[in-house]
Amino acid sequence: MSVIYLDNNATTQVDPLVAEAMLPFLTQYYGNPSSMHTFGGQVGKAIKQAREQVAALLGAEPTEIIFNSCGTEGNNTAIRTALATNPNKKHIITTEVEHAAILSQCRQLESQGYQVTYLSVNRQGQLDLDELEASLTGGTAVVSIMYANNETGVVFPIEQIGQIVKAKGAIFHVDAVQAVGKIPLDLKNSTIDLLTLSGHKLHAPKGIGVLYVRKGVRFRPLLLGGHQERGRRGGTENVPGIIALGKASELALVHLADVKKEQQLRDRLEQGLLAKIPNCEVNGHPIQRLPNTSNIGFKYIEGEAILLSLNQYGICASSGSACTSGSLEPSHVLRALGLPYSVLHGSIRFSLSRYTTDAEIDTVLKVMPEIVERLRALSPFKSDEEAWLKEQEKAIATAQS
Amino acid sequence: MWDYTEKVMDLFYNPQHQGTIEDCNEPGLKIVTGEVGSIACGDALRLHLKIDEQTDKILDARFQTFGCASAIASSSALTEIIIGMTVDQALNLTNREIAEYLGGLPEEKMHCSVMGQEALEAAIFSYKGIPLANHEEDESAMVCRCFGISETRIKKVIHENKLTDAEQVTNYIKAGGGCTSCLADIDDLIAAVWQNPDFEAPVTPEISPQPLLTNLQKITLIQQVIDSEIKPFLALDGGDVALYDVEGDKVKVILQGACGSCSSSLVTLKVAIEGKLRERVLPTLVVEAVNPY
Repeated sequence: MSVIYLDNNATTQVDPLVAEAMLPFLTQYYGNPSSMHTFGGQVGKAIKQAREQVAALLGAEPTEIIFNSCGTEGNNTAIRTALATNPNKKHIITTEVEHAAILSQCRQLESQGYQVTYLSVNRQGQLDLDELEASLTGGTAVVSIMYANNETGVVFPIEQIGQIVKAKGAIFHVDAVQAVGKIPLDLKNSTIDLLTLSGHKLHAPKGIGVLYVRKGVRFRPLLLGGHQERGRRGGTENVPGIIALGKASELALVHLADVKKEQQLRDRLEQGLLAKIPNCEVNGHPIQRLPNTSNIGFKYIEGEAILLSLNQYGICASSGSACTSGSLEPSHVLRALGLPYSVLHGSIRFSLSRYTTDAEIDTVLKVMPEIVERLRALSPFKSDEEAWLKEQEKAIATAQS
Repeated sequence: MWDYTEKVMDLFYNPQHQGTIEDCNEPGLKIVTGEVGSIACGDALRLHLKIDEQTDKILDARFQTFGCASAIASSSALTEIIIGMTVDQALNLTNREIAEYLGGLPEEKMHCSVMGQEALEAAIFSYKGIPLANHEEDESAMVCRCFGISETRIKKVIHENKLTDAEQVTNYIKAGGGCTSCLADIDDLIAAVWQNPDFEAPVTPEISPQPLLTNLQKITLIQQVIDSEIKPFLALDGGDVALYDVEGDKVKVILQGACGSCSSSLVTLKVAIEGKLRERVLPTLVVEAVNPY
């Protein structure tokens, strides 16, 4: 059975051209780029090229690119450097819907005496910029806000946010792990000071990431060691990963011109499901979203049961339900949106890539209604809700009359 | 991905005995229902039994389950196990036997088997006319407020399943899996169970019809459950509820706070309020929200 992979916000397939580019650096060109011989020097030149490729994707300067291991490292480094370079400021602002790489760290920092403001989102997953403005003080060291949410795909108005943040003199960090390669970025004309990306979200392998540090922004490394990355990140470089990310960035830049097709497929999937299946709704803003992401809540049924049913057809998706995570709480993102439990436990994220085909979408549209119907037939809640709402209306009407 | 047995997957994809049992009002046959969990908790089971009153034999069992693969498979397994048993035999069924029937469950999913055992107990109590409020555990302290789980229930599951750490308790009955503030208390309960050589697992109360509650007793009990269990649960999401009136089995409440302004949350509240009152006071209660202003 072939796999229909619609879980690209979790990770992506390594592009064959990316694999081809990195392979010689696993076998033939294995020299250490720090070595003082030609063999190592060849590798150093390849890294330089990869740095330029990543910088081109971001609209940045090559010297602003620090290669590291992953998005989590980038996010941790960004927060830590902002605090280390502003030791008198003890306030951090972030949002309730950030990735755990930010939230876990903020919670730890709270236990160390820092104050953290977690901005809320509305039902469509959007921030209230007045809340942000009111939260900013002279003591705010860093504002860390994601570019696009990994679960709902909701895109925040980053430049508008940046202007508010910079007016108060705080460092502005953006976790762009889900946005890079999906929407165009131009950091040259941006308010962003620090930006995180992760290679495996854009068809490079796992274990390679980047922290962008705007020229002039003061920096303190998280990992101390050798002089790699101009002293900003110690540790021998993951050369094959860096080469891969360079190639993946080059390909992503080309793909950005073609992303409309991906969005059309996403829209066809979403509209098809909404038309074929009653009692389901899109989670997050209908427009301000990544072109590849659709998060749909199927009422009265539970996410893991849906995922395992999809798995029977080789379809890979993701869910925000508690049962899929080993946690007992459903997704903090969907909870932050204020979704009723009848929706959030049964929410499924479909995330597409440039490899997604029309035929794959057709298959999902064919099997999903059957799956939902089967699971709803098992559920005790559907008929309850209808009866309950009628009772409510009747009781309120009686009380009012 | 969870490591489910073939039996779990088979019963998930091909569940047996799903649905409800129509009450045909046939003399000598009784249809009862036991319900545990809620849509807020992420899993819920409604178990329907058809019982021969002459022999106390379970003639049929059907289930409706909201939950994951292991919840659905556990429910199906439960029905297969208990059909043909007498109610007294069924009352002795443990969650471990349900899990064993499935060839085992991941540790984190053991609460699905516990849910089956508790729904069965609730249904049989309903058959015997025993208000769940009279169950001995309801008298003990509330330990996990997030999931509404009492000290006695935690001790019982520790003892029956030979649990030795708080994480296992969370896997079995969810206690401690919300805000985690009760984990230290659960550690203490584990120590209390295993350090006390005289500890005896709570036993199912003697099966005999209980006298019906007077109206005053019923209202008092409803108010107690609302104050001690429902209000704290709703407060987690900024909601509140007040008891307005009780007419027979009809409980009228006023939804307040976040609960009063969100029409969708009424569904959750129906489950959270009515489900809890049915579990704690009387299985026949019906909750209505009113606006007296």
